[in-house]
Amino acid sequence: MDIKAYIESGILELYVAGTLSEKENKEVYALMQKHPEILQEVLEIESAVVKLTAATSAHNPKKTIQHLKQKLGFKNTKVVSIKPKYNWLTYTGWAAAVILGAGLLWTVNRNNQLQSDIKVATINEQLLESEIEKANNNLKDAKHLISVLRDRNIIAVPLAGQTVYPDAYAKVYWDKNSNNIYLDVQGLPTPPEGKVYQVWSLTLNPLSPTSLGTLDDFNTDANKIFTIENTNQSQAFGITLEPAGGSATPTLEQLYTLGVVETNS
Amino acid sequence: MQLETLVKNFQNKDEQAFEALYNMYSQSIHGVVFNILKNDDLADEITQDVFIKAWDKAHTYNSSKGRFFTWILNIARNAAIDKTRSKNFKKNKQNLNADFFVNIIEASDNLDNKTDAIGIKTFVSKLADNCKKLINLLYFKGYTQNEASETLNMPIGTIKTRNRNCIKALRELVLN
Repeated sequence: MDIKAYIESGILELYVAGTLSEKENKEVYALMQKHPEILQEVLEIESAVVKLTAATSAHNPKKTIQHLKQKLGFKNTKVVSIKPKYNWLTYTGWAAAVILGAGLLWTVNRNNQLQSDIKVATINEQLLESEIEKANNNLKDAKHLISVLRDRNIIAVPLAGQTVYPDAYAKVYWDKNSNNIYLDVQGLPTPPEGKVYQVWSLTLNPLSPTSLGTLDDFNTDANKIFTIENTNQSQAFGITLEPAGGSATPTLEQLYTLGVVETNS
Repeated sequence: MQLETLVKNFQNKDEQAFEALYNMYSQSIHGVVFNILKNDDLADEITQDVFIKAWDKAHTYNSSKGRFFTWILNIARNAAIDKTRSKNFKKNKQNLNADFFVNIIEASDNLDNKTDAIGIKTFVSKLADNCKKLINLLYFKGYTQNEASETLNMPIGTIKTRNRNCIKALRELVLN
C-alpha cells in the first residue's frame, strides 16, 4: 500500500471532519494503528482544525468550567491545580526531610560538644602535667636540701630576728666547697610592695658588708630557699629590707635578721 | 498524558479527564456552535449542553469509529442545528448564511491576544473563496462530501484534494 498517496488523497482531512462512512472510518483507524506516519498526519490535521475553530470563539473555558462541574455534580468543584496533589509520599518526604535535618543538627551539636570536651580535657591534662612537673621540681629541690642538710661540710648559721621584726628568723647553710650558701627565709614576713630583702655577707672587725644580692623572687618561691654564690670569708650574714633593686650599703634600721658564723673548726 | 488514555479515563467517568478534555476542546466547540448560531449567550448554553451530553453518553463513543474530537464536534453541530430549528430561535432569525467563520475571525478583537491569532488571521485573509466555503461547510457545518459537492457545484474528487491543500496551508501557519 502506498501510504504517501493515501495521505495525499485527502481522506484523513475528511476523517477529522467526520464525513466518512462508518466503514471508511474503521479502515482509517486500522491504518492509523499500523502506520505511525498516518497517525501523525491525523494528529496534525486535528490540531490545526482545533486551533482554527477555537479562533472563532471568544469563549474562555476556565470561566465556565466551575458552573459546568456544579451542573454535573462533580465532587471537586475547585480549580484543579496543575501542581501534583499532596499525597502520602509528599508528607513522608517532608517528614523524612525534617527528621534528617533535626538529626543533622543534633549530630553537629553533639560534635561541637565533644570537641569542646576534648579541648577542656586537653587543657586539664596540660595543667596536670605542669603540676606534676612542679611537684617533681619541688621534690628535686627537697632532696637537694636534704642532701645539703646531711652534708657534714656544711656550716649552718641561724639568723635571729632583730629590733625591727623580732619574730623574724632565717638560716644559712654554707657549703664552703662549692662556695654556695643556701638561704632559708621561711621565717621572714612578706616584704611590702616596692621593697626587697637584700642579703649581706659581713666581716666583723671592722664591720664591712658585701652584698650577696636581693631576693627578687621572694613572693613566688614556694620553698623560700635561695641558693646564692658566696666566695667571701664571711663572719656573719644579715638580711635587710631595701627599696626594689637593692642598695649599695645595708640600711641598718631595716635589719631583719643577723647571725654570726661560728668558727669552731 | 496520552490523548487515548485521557479519553478512556473520560469514558470511565474520571472528573479530571473531563476537565482536561473540556480545556482542550471547549473553545473549538464554542466556536463551531457560535458560527452556526451567531449568538454568544446561546453558544455558551449549547457548548455546556454538548459537554454534559458527551459526559452522559461517554460510553457510546468508540475510538474505531472516529476521533474523539470529531465525535464531540458532531454532537455540537447537531445540537446547534437543532437549536436553529427551535421556535424560539426562528423568532429571532438571523441571516445564517451571511457570514462564515472568516468574518468572525476577522471581526474579532480578542483574537489579538491569542497565540495563533495572527497566523489564523493571515491564513483566512489569504484563503481562496472556494477554500473558505469548503472549510466552512466541512468543519463548521458538518456537511457530507456529497452535500458539499452539490452546494459548491464541485466534483467530489476535487473537494477531497482541495480540502487537503487548504488544511495543509493552515497547518503550516498554525503548527510551525
